[in-house]
Amino acid sequence: MALEMPTERWSGKLNTVTIGAGTRTSVVTVGGETTLPFLKFEGETPNPPVVAMEVLDVPLADIPPALAEPFGDVVNDPAAWARKCVDEFGAEMICLRFAGANPEGADKSPDECKAVLQSVLQAVGVPLIIWGCGNFEKDNNLIPVLSQAAAGERCLLGSAVQDNYKTIAACSLADGHLVIGEAPLDIQIQKQVNILLTDMGVSTENIVMYQTTGGLGYGVEYAYSIMERTRLAALSGDKMMSMPMLAVVGSECWKTKEARLSEDVAPEWGDAAVRGPIWEATTANLFLHGGADILVMWHPQAVAQVKRTISELTGEGL
Amino acid sequence: MGLTAVDIFKHLPKTNCRDCGVPTCLAFAMKVAQKQASLDDCPHVTDEAKAALAGESAPPIRLVTVGAGEKKLELGQETVLFRHENTFLRPCGLAVMLEAGLDDAAVEAKLAHFKTLEFDRVGMMLGINLVAVKSAGDAERTAAVAKKASEALGLPLILMGGSAAELAPAVAAVKDTRPLIHAATAENLDEMVALAKENGCTLVVQAADPGALCELTPKAVEAGVQDLILQTAAASAGGILQDQTVIRRAALVKKERRLGYPTLVVIDDEDPLDAATKASLAIAKYAGIVVLKNDSKPVLLAAVTARLNIYTDPQKPIQIEAKLYEVGEPTDQSPVLVTTNFSLTYFTVEGDVSASKVPTWIVVVDTEGTSVLTAWASEKFSAESIAAAIKSTGVEEKVGHRSIMLPGGVAVLKAKLEDESGWSVQVGPRESSGLPTVLRSWSPN
Ligand code: B12
Ligand code: SF4
Repeated sequence: MALEMPTERWSGKLNTVTIGAGTRTSVVTVGGETTLPFLKFEGETPNPPVVAMEVLDVPLADIPPALAEPFGDVVNDPAAWARKCVDEFGAEMICLRFAGANPEGADKSPDECKAVLQSVLQAVGVPLIIWGCGNFEKDNNLIPVLSQAAAGERCLLGSAVQDNYKTIAACSLADGHLVIGEAPLDIQIQKQVNILLTDMGVSTENIVMYQTTGGLGYGVEYAYSIMERTRLAALSGDKMMSMPMLAVVGSECWKTKEARLSEDVAPEWGDAAVRGPIWEATTANLFLHGGADILVMWHPQAVAQVKRTISELTGEGL
Repeated sequence: MGLTAVDIFKHLPKTNCRDCGVPTCLAFAMKVAQKQASLDDCPHVTDEAKAALAGESAPPIRLVTVGAGEKKLELGQETVLFRHENTFLRPCGLAVMLEAGLDDAAVEAKLAHFKTLEFDRVGMMLGINLVAVKSAGDAERTAAVAKKASEALGLPLILMGGSAAELAPAVAAVKDTRPLIHAATAENLDEMVALAKENGCTLVVQAADPGALCELTPKAVEAGVQDLILQTAAASAGGILQDQTVIRRAALVKKERRLGYPTLVVIDDEDPLDAATKASLAIAKYAGIVVLKNDSKPVLLAAVTARLNIYTDPQKPIQIEAKLYEVGEPTDQSPVLVTTNFSLTYFTVEGDVSASKVPTWIVVVDTEGTSVLTAWASEKFSAESIAAAIKSTGVEEKVGHRSIMLPGGVAVLKAKLEDESGWSVQVGPRESSGLPTVLRSWSPN
């Protein structure tokens, strides 16, 4: 007796989201899946997941040699940094995070940030994720300036949370951008954020979900399971949970000891030059299988690995 | 697995003779399903029907053991497709490969290296569980290497070879440790099954894909070996994902008995990133055993960590007892820190405190196994709960001073905690990695 393939018939489908327009020389389309991640016997993955590389408006401080080495000096210049990510490391998007705007840090002004954004828009043609500093008050002053400076470029703006979503939603509507809806590893809150955004008029095709992430060994399993549950909800037809998902991988991983400690300090963990990239690539891979569509990453070797895996998972044959 | 009344009814004589004391066979089937009657109460049920029902009520994925004694591995009997539905129950075995063709010095070096593949994570020593000895054709050499590996490491072995003749001496050499025999294929099934049966070993059955496995496993069972582990030819990420998913789903959802066994995945990749990421895929997607050719420490550290994470019960974070802990030999003038009883939090802090070499007391608050910020956000790590822990742990009898250090992330609790506890509160660094510097110059305020 032949094996009866255990195929599920899903009623739902993920939204398709396109990022990038205007002066962008490439656009990114994600979503549209009709299956749990990459099950070819079950459904389609019309748009493979993509890798965005993260660039900060301030130099990366205090980073281990394994992460510093591939970037060299460019970490002092966001435009050069972004260009290197695209030209040399194959980033399909740039995630520009304005960490330097944080009042607890460098407290850069919206105008300073705007200049950085403009230099990056000039330097690369790929679509942009523009992420604030996480301080609500500051972001509410900063995001409108950045949004306007990039009007018409269909950037992805981060991030709208339950307690602070109105400004970002208004910016996306005014300037033609998309929004990242964020929730702290909580399906109910995620859905609530999506509802709040759509109630303000943001279309579901302009929302990407971010459920927060934990690195390998530091909560990766929570994010993995939340992603699986979200994908199941989408495939079962819940339109308010059918947005593609984004996962922040690089910054989560490179704060762990396993990625950071040198071999002198932790000889039992082996070669630090590969340990950090392994940490990041492994975390990213787990999120791919959880259902992430956009991975925000740091290390070029991890990026290359993840891109290899994505093409192995979505390319011809098995 | 409970059987439904319909499952049971199918196997009854359907004569409604009432000898069981119930008016109809269907009513009787319902009683059996509800455990109010036993199948034996029907005098007419055939032995075949009993056997069939016993089979159908067995767990959909068989529990299979590899090895013997303390280090044996129990695999299978999983119940869900997604860990959030319940939990994954039996952590997969991680194996590293040992080529029997290596010379003695190289074998010794490998074995010495394998001994280092054990890592301290959240207070547990976690590492490899098996060594896969791969024959290079010379049966006697394979047996010698297997014996050496078994003695040196005390771990169960997987013996890999193409024919029973190639493996028989090795199996005999380590028979008492119940090695896993790898692998029976369509070509050598009979001899491999015989070897497994003779030695009471579990057997890997290998075929191109799940469909082809369905043809082999019934033959092995019929020949008398029920303890099987399945392997397909898939080696790419896509192939591993599809085959593992098909096997787990068919077994659980379709009750496909022929695939109701744990699986084994071999990862041949040399590149450390490819090896580690494929291992994480196999771990997340249902593998029972993952065999790695790349045996470097970072790859195994990542694999061990991924396994720990994926197999953690989603309803119950790994936690420690809430009480007063000592790092080093603290005195009545040593610093006092407070943290949560989430294992990850506690052991991260403890590691950094040890690194400081400053003997220290740590008050651990019961936050139901949640991290500092998670517990703070859910009000389990509050001025009240910390003050209560200061009282209940007895730290007040242990130290002469009244100064306690909070994690930097919850600095906002300072004033209230001072009120609640009467202790003076210092705000420590956000990340415990900052503790060594702070502790070395610590004094009570
Ligand atoms: C995994 C996780 C969860 C898991 C729980 C994990 C667990 N067992 O705790 C789940 C999914 C259940 C969860 C739930 C929630 N979470 Co949560 N969660 C996280 C996540 C991703 C990781 C937490 C973690 O494990 N950290 C690792 C441990 C080791 O860190 P730690 O305990 O803080 O310890 C460090 C420091 O504090 C310090 N330290 C610790 N002790 C001490 C002691 C001293 C003396 C010193 C000096 C230092 C020190 O050193 C340690 C190492 O650096 C974080 C975000 C993130 N990426 O960090 C959010 C996060 C903590 N969660 C958050 C929230 C809001 C919640 C919820 C309230 C959300 C909700 N509404 O459902 C719930 C509450 C749960 C409940 N009702 O019980 C917020 C907290 C925001 C805030 N600042 O208040 C965070 C920061 C996410 C966010 N950005 O919004 N969460
Ligand atoms: S004794 Fe058996 S055959 Fe007769 S009615 Fe009961 S179940 Fe049916």
